[in-house]
Amino acid sequence: MAVPLIVSGVSKSFTMHLRGGVRIPVVDAVHFSIEAGQCAVLSGPSGVGKSSILKMLYGNYAVDVGQILIRHNGTLLDLAQAEPRQVMAVRRDTIGYVSQFLRAVPRVSALDVAAEPLVQRGTDSDTARRRAADLFARLNLPEKLWELPPATFSGGEQQRVNIARGFITDHPILLLDEPTASLDAANRAVVVAMIGEKKADGVALLGIFHDADLREAVADRIIDVTGFAPKKAA
Amino acid sequence: MTVAGSVSHIEEPVDRPAIPAADATEEKPLLSASGVSKFYGSRIGCEDVSIDIWPGEVLAVVGESGSGKTTLLNCISTRLMPTTGTVTYRMRDGQTRDLYRMGEAERRFLMRTDWGFVHQNPADGLRMTVSAGANVGERLMATGARHYGDIRATAGDWLGRVEIAEDRIDDQPRAFSGGMRQRLQIARNLVTGPRLVFMDEPTGGLDVSVQARLLDLLRGLVTDLGLAVVVVTHDLAVARLLSHRMVVMKDGRVIETGLTDRVLDDPRAPYTQLLVSSILQA
Repeated sequence: MAVPLIVSGVSKSFTMHLRGGVRIPVVDAVHFSIEAGQCAVLSGPSGVGKSSILKMLYGNYAVDVGQILIRHNGTLLDLAQAEPRQVMAVRRDTIGYVSQFLRAVPRVSALDVAAEPLVQRGTDSDTARRRAADLFARLNLPEKLWELPPATFSGGEQQRVNIARGFITDHPILLLDEPTASLDAANRAVVVAMIGEKKADGVALLGIFHDADLREAVADRIIDVTGFAPKKAA
Repeated sequence: MTVAGSVSHIEEPVDRPAIPAADATEEKPLLSASGVSKFYGSRIGCEDVSIDIWPGEVLAVVGESGSGKTTLLNCISTRLMPTTGTVTYRMRDGQTRDLYRMGEAERRFLMRTDWGFVHQNPADGLRMTVSAGANVGERLMATGARHYGDIRATAGDWLGRVEIAEDRIDDQPRAFSGGMRQRLQIARNLVTGPRLVFMDEPTGGLDVSVQARLLDLLRGLVTDLGLAVVVVTHDLAVARLLSHRMVVMKDGRVIETGLTDRVLDDPRAPYTQLLVSSILQA
């Protein structure tokens, strides 16, 4: 089985130029890979750098040193060095992402928000909206909300729009940043089932889940991020 | 339908058909600026700027007033001759041409047909004393349209797309609100099916509710039409919403470039960090 993503020797720090250039190390020598058809989980206490790792894998944070190798459209690409245009193509075709919070665009309906990743890949908008509607129904999002912009939705409702948006495509890699934090038990169970289906489809998943039961239910492997804590400077 | 979710297919021997010509051209920038500088006497407008604009992408140029972003926009859109540097454009026939070596007539034709320019003040981009329909139709006539009924129908269609009621087609933009004027200016620019549109603070000076509507409209049109856009703005929220890539300018120089969300969420340059940290949270 192909390994779709390898992280090797990745370090990340923030330099706060407005605070006299103080350098805040985040993670050091991150090293792991994820496998198709499995769900790996990043674990460790808050502030240890789990989200930062996901954001680097999505090209949202820059990488100081190291490689993030992914299989993208049949070639091997180092995401840490990729041009912005390549990162855009990777997001369109290879790596999906369910963020913790939805960044709502004014006036765009929930259906269109969720359908957008499919439309970007060339699916016609009616088909994409039908797929989004199917996912909303499955996630028990009240139908009266579907045509409304999600800006005024509750946290749990926004999160379900976000989940639908992330799960609607068939990206070979899917990153999940606390996708169920605001969901009730019934909807969490739906997400567990959806993650199971992604695995069956051969998708490689990497997630952050604070809920221990949920982690238990989906994780094939735990990656302990405390092992990547920066060494204290001498 | 895209390739199924399985990753194992990647391992199969690569026996792909040759990339079709259409895709090959997608791998070249539409517009390329190289080493562009503009000096006003000894004062720097912009200095040594090199940027590429690719088909279908929205590039935001941000920075505070006086950072040189409008000078850059004018230099790459042939409105202002740069002091040094070259700007090339890939024409519809696939040929790449140096904009400042073209004849004036050819350049004007390009601006009227293949390009659009949306000014901050709609009055700069509209003719205020002719009807809304004529403002849109005029651009069409520049591309050779002659049939009055067709021109009027197309103009009416475009007014609808920018959410201007059909019964306003014979009104002059003088009678329009600021938001409507801006939408009319956008219709006038897009009616000829341009490939590249320059925008200078397109939402500046509008109420926030009007801004949101305009941004949403622009976002939809850009996606539907696959436009390449260079948008100058000092508003990082506008850049976040509209653009794929971002260029940050200060004192006439480019100090940071990258994917829009990367630049905003993980700014590297001291000045970009200052800009991002200065955003008011509503």
